[in-house]
Amino acid sequence: MSLLAEYWRRARDSDIWYSFTRNKLVMVSAAITAIFFISAYGAPLLAPHNPFDLASLDLSDGFKPPVWEEGGEAKFLFGTDDQGRDILSTIMYGSRTSLSVGFLAVIFAMTLGIALGLIAGYMGGAIDAFIMRVADVQLSFPAILIAMLVDGVTRGLLGADKHSQAAITVLIVSIGLSYWVQYARTVRGQVLVEKNKEYVQAARVIGLPGPLIALRHVLPNVLGPVLVIATINLALAVITEATLSFLGVGLPPTQPSLGTLINTGQQFLLSGEWWITIFPGAALAILVLSVNLLGDWLRDALNPKLR
Amino acid sequence: MSKTPMLSVTNLKRVFDVSAPWLNRMLEGKGRSIVRAVDGVNFSIDKGETFSLVGESGCGKSTVARLIVGLYEPSDGSINFEGVEIGQAATRAKHPEIQGRMQMIFQDPYASLNPRWRVGDIVAEPLRFRRLLKSRAEIQTRVGELLAQVGLSPLDARKYPHEFSGGQRQRISIARALAGEPEFLVCDEPTSALDVSVQAQILNLMKELQRKLNLTYLFISHNLAVVYHVSDKVGVMYLGRLVEWADTQTLFERPLHPYTRMLLDAIPDLDMTGRARTPVAGEVPSPLNPPPGCSFHPRCPLANERCRREVPKALPVEGGAVACHAVEENRLPPWKTQAAA
Repeated sequence: MSLLAEYWRRARDSDIWYSFTRNKLVMVSAAITAIFFISAYGAPLLAPHNPFDLASLDLSDGFKPPVWEEGGEAKFLFGTDDQGRDILSTIMYGSRTSLSVGFLAVIFAMTLGIALGLIAGYMGGAIDAFIMRVADVQLSFPAILIAMLVDGVTRGLLGADKHSQAAITVLIVSIGLSYWVQYARTVRGQVLVEKNKEYVQAARVIGLPGPLIALRHVLPNVLGPVLVIATINLALAVITEATLSFLGVGLPPTQPSLGTLINTGQQFLLSGEWWITIFPGAALAILVLSVNLLGDWLRDALNPKLR
Repeated sequence: MSKTPMLSVTNLKRVFDVSAPWLNRMLEGKGRSIVRAVDGVNFSIDKGETFSLVGESGCGKSTVARLIVGLYEPSDGSINFEGVEIGQAATRAKHPEIQGRMQMIFQDPYASLNPRWRVGDIVAEPLRFRRLLKSRAEIQTRVGELLAQVGLSPLDARKYPHEFSGGQRQRISIARALAGEPEFLVCDEPTSALDVSVQAQILNLMKELQRKLNLTYLFISHNLAVVYHVSDKVGVMYLGRLVEWADTQTLFERPLHPYTRMLLDAIPDLDMTGRARTPVAGEVPSPLNPPPGCSFHPRCPLANERCRREVPKALPVEGGAVACHAVEENRLPPWKTQAAA
């Protein structure tokens, strides 16, 4: 307990906390992000309806407009879609899927990128050249193309049925594979700086083997910039997932994410039921904007040269 | 000298390849460029003594230090530690106990401690890695002792390196080096990054530890006053070669090599108030393209034709050795007479 209090006291005294409390925009973005997380992961408890419980759906509730429009009902705040599903609830469930895919993809890309960057930077020589050339080649393709490629290949290998079961995993892997390069490059650059510092040489003189030095001494000192990239990449990964789902190569309509919702809703856009696609779209935009603002702030706050 | 020295270095060489990448070399038609950082150095250090290497920046003294502790592998020559050859990385790996008996203190106290580790963990690292002590309590007690030994408080173990000043950090660095119970310490300019008042404290601490623990030091410095204070023997390096070595007293009272004389002339002291100092003339030539013959000849007042052609060999003299044609040919003017003028 006292340890927790100690950490809390130290966090309160830190420069980051100070910078956080002085920046209204960041506090608002943090609040919005927090609301998204709570409503997404608390969706089964907090959502007014369960849009995937077929028993509770009523087709006669279909195409209800938002509550402030004529014909709107109080129990459907943002209206309903063609099946009579509450839009607010689908957004909450959908952002849960979006955030999970985004998070896991970022963790996957981060792990892969850190590992390869650390190996490349610490070993140097031919291994370094090989890893970084692969990274360079991959960097010349747009991320979305790589994600579509991975998705297409697995679809071909698994067949359509199995693919929709494994859709989330495939999506995480394909987004992860398209973003690892950034981490690898950042980590490698930092490792090249750190590994020539005298504390690393001191560890070598003590006799520590290379891999142990890389993990225990170098790795903790290169993680700062990686966390910043990870925050910004979370927004990117959510967008990539939405784009893929919008294009129909991401998540199937049975496991909708925000992208899937926008995709299924856009066919009603011109027939007047604008709320089906606009609200998930707005939710995605606000989420991505808040996370990006947080990431930008974190980058500045953690960079002593910009203070 | 009948007893075998603790460390002896014979014909030690290290070259660095600083060529541009091969694609650039192909397109620009350039050859490889090679730096001879250490070019045939010989010396030996007896147990319990302090041997200093001095010289201007870039003369290869730090490279010698790194070769001895195994951070670099020699290109040629041998390093013999108490009769065991440790020059090559492969043979060195067969003798981990020798690696444990030598430690290094680094130049920059701000870079030599991992900023994310607590001081206690930094000092305990050799203990943990070499399994000198098992239990946490034992390690904690030992770390406290080590910190007390270098003049810090055992309570400092809980702090992080950034909470300390340069001099205190250097003390932590010394405590870490001592944790492995070494007999031989390589000190690479341990005081050059510190304030003058703190330098003296660190040097006194090192001398005191040497007396108590019977340590042997290889001391690298460019500061002759510091070297005079701590050493038993001094070697003067110039462009990768040892040009003169001697007992400290001998070297400072009767320097032979023109380069040593130039360095000593440059030290300010109270006796010489009012007279013009002879400044250190010229610059160290690029080690990429060292002058032929004696590498000091472009700056040497005594250089003749032979110096420009022939590399001088080490000539044993009383108390040491010197590599200079002028000494060999007896062309050397007596010391201090030139200074009095």
